[in-house]
Parts: sequence; structure tokens; C-alpha cells
Amino acid sequence: MGKTPAAVIGIGQTHHRAKREDLSMAGLCREAMDRALEDAGLTLDEVDAIVIGKAPDLFEGVMMPELYLAEALGAAGKPLLRVHTAGSVGGSTAIVASSLVQAGVHKRVLTVAFEKQSESNAMWALSVPVPFVMPVHAGAGGYFAPHVRSYIRRANAPSHIGAIVAAKDRTNALKNPYAHLHNEGTTVESVLASQMLWDPIHYDETCPSSDGACAMVIAAEDVAKTYDSPAWIHGTVMRSEPTSAAERDQVNPQAGRDAAAALWKATGITDPAREIDCAEIYVPFAWFEPMWIENLGFAPEGAGWKLTEAGETAIGGSLPINMSGGVLSSNPIGASGMLRFAEAALQVRGRAGEHQVDGAHRALGHAYGGGSQFFSMWVVGSQPPSN
Amino acid sequence: MRETAVVGFAQRQMKDFDGSPSMAELLVPILAECYEQTGWAKKDIGFWCSGSSDYLAGRSFSFVSAIDAIGVLPPVNESHVEMDAAWALYEAWLKIQTGEVDTALVFGFGKASAGVLRRTLALQLDPYTMTPLWPDTVSLAALQARAGLDAGLWDEAALAEVVNRSLTDAEKNEYAVRAGGSSVEELLARPMFADPLRKHDCAPVTDGAAAIVLAAGDRAREANQRPAWISGIAHSSDGLHLGTRDLTSSGSAERAVAAAGGTAGVQVAELHAPFSHQELVLRSALGLGNDVRISPSGGALAANPMFSAGAIRIGEAAKQIWDGSADKVLGHATSGPALQQNLVCVMEGRN
Repeated sequence: MGKTPAAVIGIGQTHHRAKREDLSMAGLCREAMDRALEDAGLTLDEVDAIVIGKAPDLFEGVMMPELYLAEALGAAGKPLLRVHTAGSVGGSTAIVASSLVQAGVHKRVLTVAFEKQSESNAMWALSVPVPFVMPVHAGAGGYFAPHVRSYIRRANAPSHIGAIVAAKDRTNALKNPYAHLHNEGTTVESVLASQMLWDPIHYDETCPSSDGACAMVIAAEDVAKTYDSPAWIHGTVMRSEPTSAAERDQVNPQAGRDAAAALWKATGITDPAREIDCAEIYVPFAWFEPMWIENLGFAPEGAGWKLTEAGETAIGGSLPINMSGGVLSSNPIGASGMLRFAEAALQVRGRAGEHQVDGAHRALGHAYGGGSQFFSMWVVGSQPPSN
Repeated sequence: MRETAVVGFAQRQMKDFDGSPSMAELLVPILAECYEQTGWAKKDIGFWCSGSSDYLAGRSFSFVSAIDAIGVLPPVNESHVEMDAAWALYEAWLKIQTGEVDTALVFGFGKASAGVLRRTLALQLDPYTMTPLWPDTVSLAALQARAGLDAGLWDEAALAEVVNRSLTDAEKNEYAVRAGGSSVEELLARPMFADPLRKHDCAPVTDGAAAIVLAAGDRAREANQRPAWISGIAHSSDGLHLGTRDLTSSGSAERAVAAAGGTAGVQVAELHAPFSHQELVLRSALGLGNDVRISPSGGALAANPMFSAGAIRIGEAAKQIWDGSADKVLGHATSGPALQQNLVCVMEGRN
């Protein structure tokens, strides 16, 4: 039994800021949704179902906010699903929405992901003592810094690779009017001169904390065909592994490797570095670009940083990564994964504006969450899937 | 649609967890029961999906350590909804419909005894206008019950009849937290708790977990001699704001059951009604006649483990198919204040 082909026909996102004091949570979601619906030329009445995602409820201090948001989301009278898979949630939410179409249940599904981190305190929300589990209380940077250090040692990478990524992504963000950070003049030197937060991670190698939302309309083949430039969904994948296990490799997690392998197989891609035209991958700390390049199979283990150093991951390189400025430039956590998926779709639709990659026909959207243990990814293309 | 069935079900429902086990400790034996029922092992499961709530656990990312119960090295194809596991079952059913997988294991868990549930659930309301007033779940349900009384849709005796039947049925359910039928007169003589509701009209605070196995086609027949084939599954939502809803009816339940293909021929319905009057609202909205046997497990008034009680209704309904007690059944789940969201799963046995 085959899937119904599905495509992204509308994309919207908010302007991301540290605090969107001008909007409630409902307003934030609507800013993204209304842009996605306008892009698709649809009204909420024409949408069959709503799929919403966000990271932990403690980030805003509301239990299951989709219940209170139901009216604002246009979900009163419709099916409403709420996905939560840690930092990968934005991607997983888009995947669940696409499943609704691919399963043949609905024709037009609206999916939205948000985080309004300024409503509460994310650091506090992540630092609640947990019975039976050693609290780290060092924030995400403190958790990931040892993995970065381990990567540098294993790959024998020069110490300025993270700064190259940060300078590249912050420069790309200048071309994205929605990005939270518009830091003019960020260079490798300025990044390396910024404060050391969690050795070897400098301040400018970290993501901001943002209020923001992203939304997409996903439609079935017969609907999508009536649109100028749908982004066809070629394949989706999710994989999870445990937080702590002695045999875990947190530098190159098996869940990420397995997910990528399954995705390339499902999409018929045998040489991802050549066949993928550009990629939006989840890089909240700059060093995760070379780490994920290897994890995704774009380069052999230990060689990811060489692509970065050679400038191949910049717009104009052989494998542009994070054309939008990435998580390093905007990080509304629950929406960050969906922003990656949406940017991949924008690219293959040829609608990425100043950060458009010429000739982008097939793109990867990638998200990860937890302690590098939850992965969600999709490949979208300008042409319908052949498989 | 691709033929898909419920083929495995295990549960725990209790007043509170003795010894405060972690969720992984609680889930491991439940997953083991599912393996035993189906004859499968972890490697035979194509997709995993869970339902739970961080607020109930009092911490962020509560599902993260729960998936340790699966034993997730090698990694698994897995997802999570911040909802009752009935909605996780819906996501798993979707995944099977796409053809990507043939089997799925769904689980839900929640430890309501860790906090003051009716206060915790007040955090589901509009954070800007309602939550600061702290209207609790039981009081909101009482408003709903009062609306029906005032409209002449039910009287207090009708509520007591629901309770009497539930708690009598619960005597046969080893997992019931509250059981023991009485009489309508005796129930009505008890004191008010949140007028017009008495304590027995309100579901007990319950800890619990549940797991359900889904499978497509021949995989379902391989696992279960008489699978509970899903002939219709759908869900719908209403708005939250009480002033915009007619609390005496349930539009979302009506839409869900219509999308699931209706209830003609349904012999047994397991309804997730945490308050006695909500059973009456649901019976009407779902179009269930007097000949339909309602919640033979005792239902949510006997035990209501958060984030698994809806899935348990589907599992209990499926059991009626497996043992040949019924040929067509309905499992129902609800979520949100005053029946805001509703899910319906209609299942059939085939001879």
C-alpha cells in the first residue's frame, strides 16, 4: 500500500526576538499561521486538521497550551494533535502533519510550532531536580561542551572551526529578515575573541533564546499540483536513543546515523553530499555543524570540519548549510526544528529570498533534541518523489 | 484504509505508586506483558509512541527517561504526544496507514498522586485571563453538571445511577481504585463535594500506565486469534473558553464519532467520563442507545490514571472483541476541561 504524495504549499514564520512583548502565545502562533495561510491562499476554514508542537510546557508555564490555544489555532471544530519530542519537536510535528496527508486521512493540514520563552525561564524549567537522575544544572552548553571537546580530539580538528560556523551563520542571518540576531561584522576573529562560556564553546558560538513560531500548510498531491511551486516531501524519519548508556556515542549518536541512513534509503539517495543541494541542520552550538555533517553521512567520520574549513558549507559552496542563519541566529526551541524543515522547503520552492541557493532542487531539514538522542529529518524536492 | 487492529493491551491503575518507582520501572513489566500477549519482542515493533504530561510529572522532558523502558539501543522509530495515550495510538495508526510500518506499541503514563491534581489541571486554562483565578477541574465539572440540571437534561438520580452501575461493575476489575455499588438512594444521601457533584460523581485521583499494541493485516492475525480491527478512528476539539461552549452537549464528540463512521451496531462502549454527568453528555453525543453496554470495566469513575485512562478505554473495549463477548465496540478518550477534546475508536471482530 503506497502513500499519498504530500507537499508543503504554504510557509510562514514570525520575526524572532528575545521578547515579543507585543504578542500573546496565541498571537505569536497566529503571526506564523496567517503568513503560511496567506502563502497557500487558504483560510482556516479550508484546513482539515491542526498539528501543533512545542518543547516543554514549563518553558511558558502553561499545561498543554494547545487547549487554551484551540480557538486561536482555528482548531475548535477540528482534530488537534500536540506533539512533544524535545528539541526535535518542530521536525516531528511537521512529520506527523505530513503523515495525516500521506495516510490519506486529510487533504490540507496546518502545522505550527512555537516557543515563547520570555513567558517563563527556560534555564529554570530545565533545572528541576529529578529523582533518580543526576542533575547537571549547567544548561545545554554545559551538557554539550564535553561532546564538542571529544569531537575536536577525535577528529583532530583545528580550534577555530566553530568560529567559522558562527561567522558564516550570523552572516547568513543578515539576509534573513526574520532572524533574531542581526549581528553585523561577525568574523572568525570576533567570535574567538568573545567570552569563553563552556570551554571550548565561546559566547558567539551559542544560540540565542527566542520567542518565535513557524507554520506550514501541507497538502495532498491533487491539491499540491494546482500550486506553482510546492515543496514535495520525499522522505521523513524519526529515531530515538536513551539519555544515558555506557555504550552511547554522544559525539556521533547512532540514532542520528540510523535516521540518516533510513532517510537516504527511502529517498533513493546514495551520495548525499552530491545529491542534496543544501541543508538546514540543527546547530545550536557552532561545533555541531561538523559533527552533524559526519553523523548525516555528508563526510566520513573525522572529516566534517574540512568541509566547513574549506567554505563548502557557505552559500555558494558545494553543500550550503543553514542558509537562514540557523539555530545560531534564532532559537525559539519548540519551533527551531520546524524552521529547519520550512527553510529546506523554501529553498526547493525557490522562495528563500536573499539566502536562496541557486539551483536548490533537493534539500534536507534536520532537527535533534534531548541529549543528542531524538532525531527527526525530512528531504523535500522541487519535483514530486519518484519512489 | 489499511486494515489495522488492536492486538495487545496491558495496564496498571492504582491509588498511588507504592515505593515511588520511576516511570521506566513501571513501564517495563507492562511492555513485557504486551510481548507475552503477542509473542513479539522489541525488534518486532516498527513504531513507538507515548502520551504523557510534563506538568503532571512536575518536570520538563518527563517522557525522555520513560523511553528507557523500551531499551532504545539500538535506536527505535519513536514519537510522543503531550496528550492521553489514545492520541499516541492515533499517531501510531497514522504511521501504519502510511505503509512505513506494520506494527506499533503505544504507551501512556502519569503519576497524579505526585501533586494536587485539580490544582495542576487549572494550569490548562487560559494563562492570561483564567489561570490566575485558579478554577479547579472539579468546580468546572460542577458548573457543567449544574448547566445540565438547569436545562432539565438530567437529574441527580440519573447521576447516581451512572455511579451505581460503574462502581458495581468495578467490583470485577482488579485495577479499580474505587468499587462497590450501593443504591441510588444511598448515594444521594451522601454529602455534596462540589454542588451538585458528590465525591462519587468525580473520578478518583489515580496513578497509572498502559500499553497497547497495534498491527496491520497478517501481522495482527499472527499476534491475536481474534484481533480488534479498527473500523473507524477520529478525534476533534472544541474551544477551551467555557463561555463559548454549550457545556451540556459535546460538538467535538459528535464530530469525532461521525468521522469514525458512527455507532450503528456497537454493543459495548468504554467511555472516558471522569464525572458522572459526562457519561450522559457522551452517550447523547455519540448516539449510544440504551441497548449499548457502557463501560463494563467500571470506567473512569473507578480509576482515572491521567494520560492513560483514554487508552485504557480502547484496550478494555478491544478485550471484549478478543474474548468474543462482542462483535463491535467503541473506545473513547477525552482531554481538556469539560470534555474539550474527544477521540473515538470503533473496533470490530471478524469470524
